[in-house]
Amino acid sequence: MIVADKKPIEEIIEYVKDKKSILVAGCNECVTVCEAGGKKEVGILASALRMYFKNKGEDVRIDEVTLERQCDHEYLQEIAGTVREYDGILSIACGVGIQFMAEEYPNMPVYPGVNTCFMGATEERGLWVERCQGCGECVLAFTGAVCPVTRCAKRVLNGPCGGSTEGKCEISKDVDCAWQLIVDRLKALGRLEDYEKLFPIKNWSTDRAGGPRKVVREDVQS
Amino acid sequence: MSVKTDSKLEKIFAAGHYAVTSECGPPRGTDMEDVEKKANLIKDHVDAINITDNQTSVTRLCSLAACIKLKLMGLEPVLQMVTRDRNRIALQSDILGAAAFGINNMLCLSGDHQSFGDNPQGQNVHDLDSMQLLQVVRMMRDEGKFLGGDDLKKPPKMFVGAAANPFADPFEIRVPRLAKKIAAGAEFIQTQCIYNLEKFEEWMKGVRERGLHEKTCIMAGLTPMKSVGMAKYMKNRVPGMDVPDEVIKRLQGVPKEKQAQEGIDICVESILRLKECEGVRGFHIMAIEWEEKVPEIVERGGLSPRPQV
Repeated sequence: MIVADKKPIEEIIEYVKDKKSILVAGCNECVTVCEAGGKKEVGILASALRMYFKNKGEDVRIDEVTLERQCDHEYLQEIAGTVREYDGILSIACGVGIQFMAEEYPNMPVYPGVNTCFMGATEERGLWVERCQGCGECVLAFTGAVCPVTRCAKRVLNGPCGGSTEGKCEISKDVDCAWQLIVDRLKALGRLEDYEKLFPIKNWSTDRAGGPRKVVREDVQS
Repeated sequence: MSVKTDSKLEKIFAAGHYAVTSECGPPRGTDMEDVEKKANLIKDHVDAINITDNQTSVTRLCSLAACIKLKLMGLEPVLQMVTRDRNRIALQSDILGAAAFGINNMLCLSGDHQSFGDNPQGQNVHDLDSMQLLQVVRMMRDEGKFLGGDDLKKPPKMFVGAAANPFADPFEIRVPRLAKKIAAGAEFIQTQCIYNLEKFEEWMKGVRERGLHEKTCIMAGLTPMKSVGMAKYMKNRVPGMDVPDEVIKRLQGVPKEKQAQEGIDICVESILRLKECEGVRGFHIMAIEWEEKVPEIVERGGLSPRPQV
């Protein structure tokens, strides 16, 4: 899933302090699972804003909505009838949802209420970890299904670098060395001899380097 | 060993001598006299001088410019290049620039993570890793081709090296990792600073068992300790560094004003011991901001005078 984290309330207030009516819009997908932008968080953020404006003695309308998905034009249409009543939308979907919202309503100011962080998963309650950077050319078959692009701080494809100590990365004792994990995994699979294969120079044009990416599937286009 | 480049370092190895290198960190400013001064302290005691490339990710005068300065002084530079700050276009371009100035040696590194330096908020590049950089230089030199496949005019005749850290984890892949660097094209190796001699010798045993010491020229890396404080810092704060407690105890065992000399003694003793280790072909003495001590270490290590080749 896409993992996001709440923005500081002070930053959010800075975006919306001059508004008279605001729609706080959550999303029922990834950001609900990572507890940053679901229905519960919409309620908390809306309450915080109401309190802020009340303390300032201002009468500002704050409404709440949580869409099934903000990264989907169909679901975004659900607010088409009422959207003109607001002079700003505070979206706490991921960066994709926020932009789709803006694309759907070109005249409506849309502000982010979260920082979109990475593609990852819940390791334990309150702890989300990154597992994929969407490089567009998956290498997991060669690395025992541990991603060096994501999990090595230097994206080293022929690792580990000289900074790997007791299984940890040189940047922090709290970060596992991806290549220690890869070596352990290759060993567990009885494939340690694969370690010596030089990983070829990677084509990064399928990564961020190639500009905005698209997946086009003619077979599913109607 | 047939010589493929004009590198003095390569010729020293080919003639069967121990090679001795040292290194200088460029200044944090434009004062090239700083490089000149450091180089003059060591030039008669080493065969080549590495110039570090923004070491520990702290911004400095560029390695290439400092290498050109050494070359103009009639010295033999080793251009260190990290993959952290430049993509494949910039790396290839700098290799050509270096070779055009007669810089004949390169050391391919990934570089410390930028979080250690003065720009922790910067991007890192890592378009290539250190092994892939080795491959690129060798391709440019041996095949006369750019990575993109085009022919290049007058290929860069670089003698190509890499670093090896016998002490980083996981230990079991430390020998295979060297094999991989050799397969990628490393003709010489400069190791991480050695303080744990037993562990280094164990690594070398594994290296010899696979005959790797005959496929590349391994230089043992040494850094003299200036004080107990430095030893503790190296042990606890420098990633991938193995400083045994005995080294710290030995430094603690002498009065503060004599610790630096004790550090030099340890370094010299290490050289003498490692000369007995089959497969060690040279020494890389990294006297960090302590270049004036290199002559003493080289002399007492029985490595002077340096041969003429």
